[in-house]
Amino acid sequence: MATLEQAAQSGSTVREEVLDNGLRVLIQEVHTAPLATVWAWYRVGSKDEGPGLTGVSHWVEHMNFKGSTNIPRDKVKGIIEQYGGYWNGYTWIDQTTYTETATRDALDRMLFIEAERMGACLYEPAECESERTVIISELQGGENDPDQLLDQELTATAFRAHTYRHPTIGWLADLQTMTRDDLYGHYRRFYVPNNATLVIVGDVDTTATMRDVVKHFGKIQPGDVGRRARTKEPQQLGQRRVTISKEGTTAYLKIAHHAPAVADADFFPMLVLDAVMTGAKGVNLWASFRTPPPQRSARLYQALVNTGLASGINGGLVPTQEPFVYTISATATDGISVDRLEEAAVAEVERVRREGITPQELRKAKIQLRARLVFENDSITNIAHQLGYFETIASWRDYPSMAARIESVTVNDVARVAAERLRSANRTVGWFDPVPSVDENSRPQ
Amino acid sequence: MTLLHAAPLRGLSPAREVLPNGLVVLTKTTAVTPAVTLNASIRAGSAFDPPSIDGVAHFVSKVIDRGTDTRSADQIAEELDGRGVSLAVTLTRQLLSLTCTCLVEDFDVVVALLSDIVRMPAFPVEEVRSRRGEVITLIKQDEDSPAVVAVDALMAMLYGQVHPYGRRSRGTVETAERIDSAVLKGFHADHVRPSNVSLAIVGDVESGRALDVASAAFGGWTAAPSPGVTFPAIAASPARRTRVVPMMNKSQTDIAYGFTAITRADPAYYAYSLMNNILGQYSLGGRLGDSIRERQGMAYYVFSSLDANVAPGPLMIRAGVNPSNVERAVASIDAELTSLVADGPTEQEVTESKQYLIGSLPRTLETNTGIAAFLQTVEFFGLGLDYDVRVPGLLRAITRDDVHEAARRAVDPSEATVVVAGPYDGSLS
Repeated sequence: MATLEQAAQSGSTVREEVLDNGLRVLIQEVHTAPLATVWAWYRVGSKDEGPGLTGVSHWVEHMNFKGSTNIPRDKVKGIIEQYGGYWNGYTWIDQTTYTETATRDALDRMLFIEAERMGACLYEPAECESERTVIISELQGGENDPDQLLDQELTATAFRAHTYRHPTIGWLADLQTMTRDDLYGHYRRFYVPNNATLVIVGDVDTTATMRDVVKHFGKIQPGDVGRRARTKEPQQLGQRRVTISKEGTTAYLKIAHHAPAVADADFFPMLVLDAVMTGAKGVNLWASFRTPPPQRSARLYQALVNTGLASGINGGLVPTQEPFVYTISATATDGISVDRLEEAAVAEVERVRREGITPQELRKAKIQLRARLVFENDSITNIAHQLGYFETIASWRDYPSMAARIESVTVNDVARVAAERLRSANRTVGWFDPVPSVDENSRPQ
Repeated sequence: MTLLHAAPLRGLSPAREVLPNGLVVLTKTTAVTPAVTLNASIRAGSAFDPPSIDGVAHFVSKVIDRGTDTRSADQIAEELDGRGVSLAVTLTRQLLSLTCTCLVEDFDVVVALLSDIVRMPAFPVEEVRSRRGEVITLIKQDEDSPAVVAVDALMAMLYGQVHPYGRRSRGTVETAERIDSAVLKGFHADHVRPSNVSLAIVGDVESGRALDVASAAFGGWTAAPSPGVTFPAIAASPARRTRVVPMMNKSQTDIAYGFTAITRADPAYYAYSLMNNILGQYSLGGRLGDSIRERQGMAYYVFSSLDANVAPGPLMIRAGVNPSNVERAVASIDAELTSLVADGPTEQEVTESKQYLIGSLPRTLETNTGIAAFLQTVEFFGLGLDYDVRVPGLLRAITRDDVHEAARRAVDPSEATVVVAGPYDGSLS
């Protein structure tokens, strides 16, 4: 077995420890390159936000790059860059996470930065205000893309009660009115060691690294994140629809069905079902989207793209803590109406509900998923992401067992989840129906 | 472990062989995943489009893997999908590239399939028809994207309609309607020839065996070398030019602000590269990011890029801002450039950017795909197989004065071309 594959599939080489303050630490030695990666994960995402505060988790993520007690604002940049390193962060529905990857001699600095981020960020009022407009710019940039706009509306329509319904970036009105104290309160509540997982992978020594972790994080006090308001999305009783009619050139279709959470036994048959319908993506939110799926022979590709109805299709099933949606997306070929596209897509969905999949399709889907698991673990950054991601939404131990779980899926499992989950009453259909632009003639042709 | 750690010191040390037909094979063995990345780069990018029709190379990229003389599109799809392989066909101004990663056990079969696709695409009429719909949809999507509209308009203004860089890579709806199977076959026959191809093979396969498999698949291909592209001279803009493209249905405005720069072979390349890093790359967008994003909170993204290539590619600054901030953002870009031209960078900035660019090499070369892309760059520009070892020295040799001189030559705002596309209909100065 090659080295990174061993690392990704072998839970036994992960050292797990929980510090006295509740911080869970996962360390895995991988000596394939003179690099180390650190990921700090927090169990807080946009599902932890209520009305008036949508987008607060993501805004807090931005604020946590803007200086701390021991890292003055003007010294933030350069700490990792001097080691040739890369840093970033992201927020989604279940999680907020921060990462650095650099040469191994930067490890102490990476841990220092993440310890500061957990315990000592500043939230200067002027910085909060300046970031407000940056985030509104991020939101408006997203709105320029009709596909993204439709996705936002579709999700908001598919969920009636669950906080998965609002976009991670938040609603504009909330971004305009949220205060510095809202941000700081959210930060102090959720950024405590007992709500976090620290993952370190790479060319490191486990014992020495654990010692460094204790040095940097050991004195950070635990906190009470309090009660998280939770609800279960009520069963959908009938199909829902949303249509955006807006100036544009291209029609888009999205079809969402409520999907199983990662810990649900149905998740793996759904993964196989998606591979059959749109090609296997793998399960790495950080890496998978960078490589398109093998999908030319997938059912929806054949039915929509090869027939000329769509210029592209995609399926989205992502591991989540609570039941999210499985979304099928298609871009209409110029001149094709979105209702024609929907008719063809729904026909394929109904066919798989009726007939299930063939043993040949099952075999191919498993091969694809196995290959994707290998391909998406091609770097220490990606391996560390998966450990932290799965620990945040379920357990990191679920990840090494993923290949075996996929292998155990049967044709009957897939037929059953297709019949149950892809019911019309469990479905939300979204259209972006473009109307011609009034200033079309002024465009460059 | 000792051996693995010694690797960066002795460098990547790839192997390079030229087959008798002129095709270059680059190999590098790594054993980190049981997979192999294949990257076939062909000197047949959009710069090679016939003078009368834009978008031919792009159309080729959409149909080349849709059937060969011996395999139907469905057969190719089955052979790839059945192994979990997705073949990405991408296009730049210079290169048409076919890239994929496969499991080690599939290596021989996938190389043979790749060879068939590169050498003998059939461009079946039915596939050309259905892909035409995709191409036209992509063109329409571009026309609805302020980012793409801004960059296309900037390139057209910088390079004009004669220079290949000024033309639209995807063409227009009208050209897409005109491109048929015969046009695609003609382009393939003219430009996809063994002497224009370099194949990088990186992964868990021993170099000698990789070369044998590549030779067996590509060695029997014969065709005379084809002439390259001659790029016309570019008339640098003596004065500032601006253009506004109103797209009032959008939320955010995109700014594309640029200059024509230098070729990759220019001795000033490393000074330009450092200047670009300081201006709009380092950390969160260099000086531009500090000013426009961090201090003024005007944009989620602002950065600069340098495309020093066979032709003098652009140095481009990009930002997405609220329409009410367009004038302020452009003025801020002007101010940063004026300062860089007048005073140059600080010693500290030069040192930091050098450290970053040198230190980032091990990350760039961590994955098979990263190594394959690096090897193709080395091959395309003739940088030498020891380039990864030489880069640190090349960068360290650059002085603050060199970077300052690059700024004086490259980014005088009085010679800038500025395009704004989005929900903005004001006038720019």
